Amino acid sequence: MSGRRGRRWVHLLTYAVLAPAAVVTLVPFAWLLTSAFKAPQEFFGSMFLPRGDGFLGVAWDRLTTGNLTRLFRELSIGRAMLNSLFLSSVTSVLATLCCAAGGYALAMYRFRGRRVLTWVVLGALIVPPPLLLAPGYQVLYRLGLLDTYSGLILPAMAPAFGVFLFRQASLQSVPPQLLEAGRLDGCSEAGLFGRIALPLLRPMTGAFLLITFLGVWNNFIGPQIVLQSPEKQPLAVAIAQLKGVYYEDYGLLMAGTLVSIAPVAGLFLLLQKDFVSGLTLGAVK
Amino acid sequence: MTARARVGLAPYLFLLPFLVVFGVFVLAPLGESVVLSTRQMFGPGASVFVGLDNFRFLLHDPLFYKAVRNTLVFTAGSVFIQLPLALGLAMLLNRPGLRGRYVLRLVFFSPQLVGLVFLAVMTSVIFQKRTGVLNQALHALVGVSLDYPWLERQIMPTLILAALWMYVGFNMIYFLAALQNVDRELTEAASIDGAGPGRRFLAVTLPAIAPVGGFVVLLSILGSLQLFELPYILLTGSGPDNKGLTIVTYLYQSGFETGDLGYASAIGWVLAILLAALAVGQRLLAREARA
Repeated sequence: MSGRRGRRWVHLLTYAVLAPAAVVTLVPFAWLLTSAFKAPQEFFGSMFLPRGDGFLGVAWDRLTTGNLTRLFRELSIGRAMLNSLFLSSVTSVLATLCCAAGGYALAMYRFRGRRVLTWVVLGALIVPPPLLLAPGYQVLYRLGLLDTYSGLILPAMAPAFGVFLFRQASLQSVPPQLLEAGRLDGCSEAGLFGRIALPLLRPMTGAFLLITFLGVWNNFIGPQIVLQSPEKQPLAVAIAQLKGVYYEDYGLLMAGTLVSIAPVAGLFLLLQKDFVSGLTLGAVK
Repeated sequence: MTARARVGLAPYLFLLPFLVVFGVFVLAPLGESVVLSTRQMFGPGASVFVGLDNFRFLLHDPLFYKAVRNTLVFTAGSVFIQLPLALGLAMLLNRPGLRGRYVLRLVFFSPQLVGLVFLAVMTSVIFQKRTGVLNQALHALVGVSLDYPWLERQIMPTLILAALWMYVGFNMIYFLAALQNVDRELTEAASIDGAGPGRRFLAVTLPAIAPVGGFVVLLSILGSLQLFELPYILLTGSGPDNKGLTIVTYLYQSGFETGDLGYASAIGWVLAILLAALAVGQRLLAREARA
């Protein structure tokens, strides 16, 4: 009897900790959302929404979409958003295909040099990205790829980390007998990969696509170094520059942040099941 | 046999994109970086050979030490504040019979979707003195001065706090996965044998999550040591008196603001050695703990 009552207390205590933690996590989002719709003179008048006698006691009419219109009309954030969309989708699709193919090959074929190549992938995994910044810039300069999207997409097209993840995923979820059966039926090697392996790797491809998309979307240092033309810049650089110029126009900055986060948040909510299972795949194994 | 012959080139073709990218954008820059680190550069075209002078200069460069110190402070914050909180949340979420687990997990993870650039912009507005919402809230609640200058006087704590918001939920996901390895029956047996919650944690939970835990600690250390965007954009550089200078910020400023890719490469190598040493150290510690 006392055990059950004790358990209930523990349960309540658990919620007593989790609920405030969840609120603390969500407050910045709520604040961001409301700030984005405030005119400069309203910004400090209220913490979230201005009080008034509208629905729920809020002065809805004092909120404005002026920040958003300015972003898209005067500051060409729309262009930056299209740039981000382009870079993120092209890079993530290419990277997912290249990494899946590479990892699948390392896992499912016995071929000369397989051990060495596996070690190469593991070795590439430990190279810290900042080490490649300066010399990478030099290489892009020599190849004439500075200020081009290729200069950003090509280096990110087949990360070792992805090849490794797909190697693990293939070992776990692609049965060799199935490939052998396909071969006997006369399926080509490319067909085996595309029609048998890729569908079996589904949770991993979803997760990796999303991870890469997010990574490119949020990447600042890459485009900051590689791109020079202002009209080519993605959102991460555009918003950082916006902060440099309009550092006192808080509503505008928050509107810019909001429109930069919203698309990836939407994508995440669509694909989140894949994401969390893929994220932990590498860790639990 | 015919099948095997036909397989022939296939694996190499599948690996070709990786190999080309690795060769051109990893291996070549690595070699380039060795060469660069022996040169002083004035923009990408002009340079002179200086031998090991870059490294010699680096070892006596007070700014570099400042960067290392700041970076280590941030790393300590990640490991000793962020990870325990993440583990705590994971253990609470893992309680049997908890309702709303799925939603809560999503809530705690959600800050991870905000890129560091956008987090930095948000932080710069929230932590602003006088006008920032943090000071307004603290002023109303506990009477802290509205003018408390977080972004001048408390730069590292501000960075640690901002990172806390972003990464606690991310690391929590890993710990939650690790907690699935904890044997429930063993925990219950320990409980029947009279082991309290502290003892159960040390004797049953901790050993079960140790492998993933070690991995999370390592990832967290490696990531923290490469801190750049958050302070760089929050402070538009390295902040007053370089209080927010990190190793990678210094690398970036040397290479792309001063224009000396040579010195930047030298900083890159020292960072790489630091990372490798910590990774090896962590592996050795983990092995020792298991033995």
